[in-house]
Amino acid sequence: QTIVPTQVKIGLINMLSETGLQVIEATSFVSPKWVPQMADHTEVMQGINKLPGVSYPVLTPNLKGFQAAVAAGAKEVSIFGAASELFTKKNINCSIEESLERFDEVMTAARAASIPVRGYVSCVLGCPYEGKISPAKVAEVSKKMYSMGCYEISLGDTIGIGTPGSMKEMLTAVMKEVPVGALAVHCHDTYGQALANILVALQMGVSVVDASVAGLGGCPYAQGASGNVATEDLVYMLNGLGIHTGVDLQKLMDTGTFICNALNRRTNSKVSQASCRL
Amino acid sequence: KESKTPGLPEYVKIVEVGPRDGLQNEKVIVPTDIKIELINRLSKTGLPAIEVTSFVSSKWVPQMADHKEVMRGIERYPGVQYPVLTPNLQGFHSAIASGATEVSVFGAASESFSKMNINCSIEESIDKFEEVVKAARNMNIPVRGYVSCALGCPYEGNITPTKVAEVSKRLYSMGCYEISLGDTIGVGTPGSMKRMLEAVMKEIPLNALAVHCHDTYGQALANILTAIQMGVAVVDSSVAGLGGCPYAKGATGNVATEDVIYMLNGLGISTGVNLYAVMETGNFICTALNKKTNSKVAQASFNIGPV
Repeated sequence: QTIVPTQVKIGLINMLSETGLQVIEATSFVSPKWVPQMADHTEVMQGINKLPGVSYPVLTPNLKGFQAAVAAGAKEVSIFGAASELFTKKNINCSIEESLERFDEVMTAARAASIPVRGYVSCVLGCPYEGKISPAKVAEVSKKMYSMGCYEISLGDTIGIGTPGSMKEMLTAVMKEVPVGALAVHCHDTYGQALANILVALQMGVSVVDASVAGLGGCPYAQGASGNVATEDLVYMLNGLGIHTGVDLQKLMDTGTFICNALNRRTNSKVSQASCRL
Repeated sequence: KESKTPGLPEYVKIVEVGPRDGLQNEKVIVPTDIKIELINRLSKTGLPAIEVTSFVSSKWVPQMADHKEVMRGIERYPGVQYPVLTPNLQGFHSAIASGATEVSVFGAASESFSKMNINCSIEESIDKFEEVVKAARNMNIPVRGYVSCALGCPYEGNITPTKVAEVSKRLYSMGCYEISLGDTIGVGTPGSMKRMLEAVMKEIPLNALAVHCHDTYGQALANILTAIQMGVAVVDSSVAGLGGCPYAKGATGNVATEDVIYMLNGLGISTGVNLYAVMETGNFICTALNKKTNSKVAQASFNIGPV
């Protein structure tokens, strides 16, 4: 909830860059009227140390945002679709079809500038308004975004309502339309299911996982509930599975401590909670 | 209700350990009538087994000092088991006198843990349990065996799967009908869970195995899923995730029953348990303990609505 000072954001991203993470989503080139927290997008983009070998994608909801992002030095952008009509209507006041048309402009400009575009699909395992979402719908939207030129599709369980059962069903449908090497999962831990859902995705061949240091980011649809899965807890699990990530867990935990102190809040990472007290 | 995911058990038995393992690791001493109310409420949720209390000396575990009163005070629902811990013969006799019809004994896969916890070696502890198991079998009382530190020890660190298999086999051969494998400090991951179960499954039939995962490192549900994928169909959990970790101050302990049921429901696996009733019971005990629930499902469900 608190607006974070620009210097703290830059400090956070710089620390994350030192952990071995290969991709760090830096900011969003969206109007500050809609998302005041991201109002300093240009300063952040220009202020961070960009380590070689690390990508710093930014969100660009429209052509204007895209152009501002490129001007500020962005080398990769992301666009957001949804598998739910009602969610799209409530969020950006148009239909899924119309949202994809808007993104087409961004895609064309990105192609011309040789800028890779990542596509997000929200509500893949359930919608706060529509409830159940059919795997076929998720596959359809993912396919459209992939065909439009997104190099990767991140499938988001926006309200964390999914379980290994629904994750498996959804991925089975999507994998018919999009190669598994182009898929990522973005699981929320609102119902404590994130790591189990991620495990199932890994078992099905997915090898890109989104997570948030210290589990930053609550759920805007359930007051007080948690949102993003904590990167520390994810890395702990992957380490235990013998899966290579290149990430230094201790440095990651230190980064989590830094941002939690700056935000004057407790971490949402259980690994962090356990490790600091033994 | 989801349709069942192929390859997984159709039914998973949930063993509710909140009133014992949960409360034992909570700092506030809970009044006897609250304990009884908690257990009675749990009995109405459809849970097939509820661990009631521990017949241990109140000098060691003050929270369980009222074991006789609790055992005698609860309503016994038909079809529900009410096991109690009995660390020695004296505790066993006291439990039977109070009406217990099932007991549990606790072994460990770590010598250091055994020494630190009950001041004797694994071998010596098993000798003590043998007395209990013999007495129990003579009275047709089923005995459940727990193996602590199955995925790691707070003192020894790594624990070999072979050791876990060895201790489990001893307890099973002695006459325990089920072995609950405990990740006591929650350090396990799906990787270590798989390796440990593979070793244990060589010695003990699958249908005699249970997992007791702690969520101290957030790995519990992923570990439980792994166990279920390997055919384990008995899972221990604690309403509202009661019970912290005595080895890591402020860290969590038991996995929340609500979160386990949510996952099993989503997998189309039957448990017989009413999730909402468990959430309400969790709400009751958290209010009584003046604490927040550790269940994410409960946190999310009682707070639905825009911020």
